[in-house]
Amino acid sequence: MDNRRSNKKAWFFVLPVVALVAFNAIIPLMTVVNYSVQETFGNNVFFWEGVKWFEQVLNSDRFHDSLGRQLIFTGIILSIEVPLGVAIALTMPRKGVWVSVCLVFMAMPLLIPWNVVGAMWNIFALPDIGLLGYALNSIGFDYDYTQQPLSAWFTTILMDVWHWTSLVVLLAYAGLRSIPDAYYQAAKIDGAGAWAVFRHIQLPKMKRVLTIAILLRFMDSFMIYTEPFVLTGGGPGNSTTFLSIDLVKVALGQFDLGPAAAMSLIYFLIVLLVSWVFYTLMMKNEGQ
Amino acid sequence: MSKISLKNIRHSYMDNPVDDIDWALKQMSVDWSDGGAYALLGPSGCGKTTLLNIISGLLKPSEGEVWFGDQEVSNFPTDQRNIAQVFQFPVVYDTMTVYDNLAFPLRNRGIPETEIDKKVREIASMLDLEKTLMTRASGLTADGKQKISLGRGLVRSDVNAIMFDEPLTVIDPHLKWELRSKLKELHQQIGTTMIYVTHDQTEALTIADQVVVMQEGQVVQIGTPVELFERPQHTFVGHFIGSPGMNLLPCDFDLGKIVYGGAQIETSNQLNVDNTATRFEIGVRPEFIRFADSGIPVRVEKMSDAGRFSIVETRHGEDIIKLLVPDGGHVPSESAFLQFDPKHTHIYADDWMVD
Repeated sequence: MDNRRSNKKAWFFVLPVVALVAFNAIIPLMTVVNYSVQETFGNNVFFWEGVKWFEQVLNSDRFHDSLGRQLIFTGIILSIEVPLGVAIALTMPRKGVWVSVCLVFMAMPLLIPWNVVGAMWNIFALPDIGLLGYALNSIGFDYDYTQQPLSAWFTTILMDVWHWTSLVVLLAYAGLRSIPDAYYQAAKIDGAGAWAVFRHIQLPKMKRVLTIAILLRFMDSFMIYTEPFVLTGGGPGNSTTFLSIDLVKVALGQFDLGPAAAMSLIYFLIVLLVSWVFYTLMMKNEGQ
Repeated sequence: MSKISLKNIRHSYMDNPVDDIDWALKQMSVDWSDGGAYALLGPSGCGKTTLLNIISGLLKPSEGEVWFGDQEVSNFPTDQRNIAQVFQFPVVYDTMTVYDNLAFPLRNRGIPETEIDKKVREIASMLDLEKTLMTRASGLTADGKQKISLGRGLVRSDVNAIMFDEPLTVIDPHLKWELRSKLKELHQQIGTTMIYVTHDQTEALTIADQVVVMQEGQVVQIGTPVELFERPQHTFVGHFIGSPGMNLLPCDFDLGKIVYGGAQIETSNQLNVDNTATRFEIGVRPEFIRFADSGIPVRVEKMSDAGRFSIVETRHGEDIIKLLVPDGGHVPSESAFLQFDPKHTHIYADDWMVD
């Protein structure tokens, strides 16, 4: 039985939000769509180009390369940060004075602005004067992130792990804290070992927060811009030019607004698609 | 299976307990005989769960020893003590099926799969879980989940005792009765020692052969339900058990005579003349008081119907005295006299029954 009556006036209350979303999302997005199907040489003169820019972007080796780099980068980031974050969360104390100490230490990297992180690591990793770069070289590694692609990748990944693992830790820790003591006691009585406790109690209870953690880390790392831009500027060569850095080069460096707009939309759709697929898969068994 | 003995156990959750109240459990020695059905009864916060966790090894007592039979297990971790415990809130492993949940304790102990299968099916049929055996445990109702928790304790053939920590708290009232009789039935079938923690006297008295009554970290009496009812060793037992509880009336102790309301009172136990206690009370249950032509003068104040009898509240001076009158029994309208049954009237000195 449905006692609710429909009241058309309710739509008026939604109007402010619709207006807000329109101004900060839909209208800018439509501008991008506008650019992506036309050619312009300025003076507000546009020529219809259809899907030409999309074809050009999708067929360009340059886009394939930066997309490939982006996928590899995000893959590495997720496969390091998620297990590491969970592992750290598991070793954190469950009660006592050390809890807050740990939490503050964990939250610290998250509070530093992104470009500052980039600048810090830029100096920290310099092979001649940076602590990390100098130390690595003096113990025998040939390390120079300004010249060698491998060193540049290593530094970028290390920086991201340093900056963002805490997020996974904090989320995983919150999930762990929500498990009642009785579960651990029951597991002891059932003779479960540490692995069985992790596999059958902790992991299932962390599932929701881990889904959020993985989604956030996927989106953030897939759209990473500031930190590698400050650290390596996309170099050496194009070796750390990820999608967003490439996009900015196309849009603002070369002022190819059409291809840049097409690329933006493709980029956006990839993030949306992957997030949706991932979320659907993770939540498949929920809601029973 | 063996006898469980607690020897001079004492526990505090503080690092440096000083006062009496710092001890969650005051010093006690308790024996639980093999195959007994015990209830641990007491109000919230009296140390019941602490005592339970000490037996199962989830908690290490500050002082004292735990013995299973002729072996000291004080330093054994929980999984080596072979104890099963069912908690207040049902614990099930959400991602597993009911079957896997029941098999979990056995698999952890490396028992062959054919044997596990036999055992799991046996227990599932005892608990009426056969129909849902292959469904995911997370989808079950609270009582279904609690049955699984119970089942995980029962599948193990080696358990010394099964302990229940207020297991019916989250169960619907109409299912409580069913699960309770199921428990009783299971105990008769398998004969394992059972310790059942509860703050509900009905539950304790129906389930257990022996009831251990606790108050403020102390065991005040261990006895059969009848003993607790007829000879409460402590005023707390008298007051806590029974509905309504025992009447406790401050009395005078004069030259070896117990005097209340100007009359000498006959009691089942006698005081020594040189008893040094500071406080004396008469304890008599409402069931053992009746109206009479002479005795303690009272005024009848209130009457409430409780089915086959009425609870009558009377007043003598400051004291309220409750008594039970069978249906159809005569209740005087205002002033009346009460008689106590001497066999069931006890004298308490500083809260303890005098022998």
